[in-house]
Amino acid sequence: MIREPEGKPIIEFHRVGYRLPSGQTLLKNINFTVFQGQTLILLGRSGAGKTTALKLINRLLDPTGGEVRVDGRATLEWDPIALRRSIGYVIQDTGLFPHYTVAQNVSLIPKLERWPAERIRSRVDELLVVVGLDPEKFLLRYPHELSGGQRKRVGLARALAADPPILLMDEPFGALDPLTRSDVRREFHELQRRLEKTIVIVTHDISEALLLGTRIGLVEAGELKDIYWPKEFLNAKEPVAMAYLAQLQVLQEAQEEK
Amino acid sequence: MKLAEFFLQQRDQILQATLEHIWLVGVTMLFAIAIGVPMGIIVARRSWFSKPILGGANVAETIPSLALFGFLLPVPWLGNRADRVAIAALALYALLPIIRNTASGIDSVDPAVREAARGMGMTARQILFQVELPLSLSTVIAGIRVATVLTIGIATIAAAVGTGGLGEFIFRGLAMVNNQLILAGAIPAAVLALAADLLLTLLERRLRPAR
Repeated sequence: MIREPEGKPIIEFHRVGYRLPSGQTLLKNINFTVFQGQTLILLGRSGAGKTTALKLINRLLDPTGGEVRVDGRATLEWDPIALRRSIGYVIQDTGLFPHYTVAQNVSLIPKLERWPAERIRSRVDELLVVVGLDPEKFLLRYPHELSGGQRKRVGLARALAADPPILLMDEPFGALDPLTRSDVRREFHELQRRLEKTIVIVTHDISEALLLGTRIGLVEAGELKDIYWPKEFLNAKEPVAMAYLAQLQVLQEAQEEK
Repeated sequence: MKLAEFFLQQRDQILQATLEHIWLVGVTMLFAIAIGVPMGIIVARRSWFSKPILGGANVAETIPSLALFGFLLPVPWLGNRADRVAIAALALYALLPIIRNTASGIDSVDPAVREAARGMGMTARQILFQVELPLSLSTVIAGIRVATVLTIGIATIAAAVGTGGLGEFIFRGLAMVNNQLILAGAIPAAVLALAADLLLTLLERRLRPAR
């Protein structure tokens, strides 16, 4: 699904670098643009700098070089709170508040934004249905009473609560057993088409990247090697990309042997 | 049975002294909490403050209590009244457990929870009051419990500077070599300490976040 022209640029990285105070360079010279409604996958191994790149978008970190723009404005010019409220954030460990029920967790941002109580209640119900949880059953449960997959779903519902135009997801389907993982992923894939959000997903899973990505950015040792359309990626000659593809081939070969 | 008779006979004075004792400990704890919890938050937030604050509280803990009451007597305003001296000294002792537990409670909040809170656009103040403090409440209460039990014991010594309370019986008993008098102070003090320990333990359990 190639959109021509690509529409409005929502997230832009211009020669972005990030260095720790200790002097260690985590990211150098990153350039990319995510257009409205697209999903960019940042694919790479642990420690490659994917999460750092994600945190530069909602200003959990400030770039030490170059400029990150959200909605045409440099992140440094944004009020960090306002910026983050317009961006849904989903992390691997979900970060659900253990002392809040599912309903309280999901309604957190609408409450901070002072929505009327009636609207918050109907929004929470609506969102739980969207992520495939029965509101009657789950509203009053605490995170420790949920399975891993259910927690991920609540985390997603919480991130979507105030209907932010942008969604950042850091290994959103990580730490789930393989079957649950593919279920949650497939459901998200359907959701993705309906929601029309601008999304950046960090993952090290090649099948996730090919399924969910409008484009796939390959991150290696703090650099963005290249950005591919999923079809291009399948024929990429870059060694790291080929290493990822080899994983898929193992799968195919195993299937063929049976 | 002589002891029981003695207690019955002295019950008005014992009750009076117990109430004085509770008042002394209660006011002390209010001050200690009002000062200790914010200090604990600062210690958790800024590591360069943690050494001087915890170090200072540690040193205070090592001063013998009778000496500390003595040191504070010449301090202007404070030294004018016995209960001021006592409350200041007792609060100083109660600080360390409260500061330490508040700081460690906040430190032990799951980093993922904190990151999610920041990432969603909560302000530092909202994170503190809606996430960090509620999640560390049971640890803070545990610190308050330790401090309260400690204070109930040390508060008997404050009678030496004339604050009243259960220490009165103990000092009088010591002076008159009268065990019954000593016990009239010691037993209610022990009961108070046990009761405070029990109540605050129950509160702590109730507030402990489920995992």
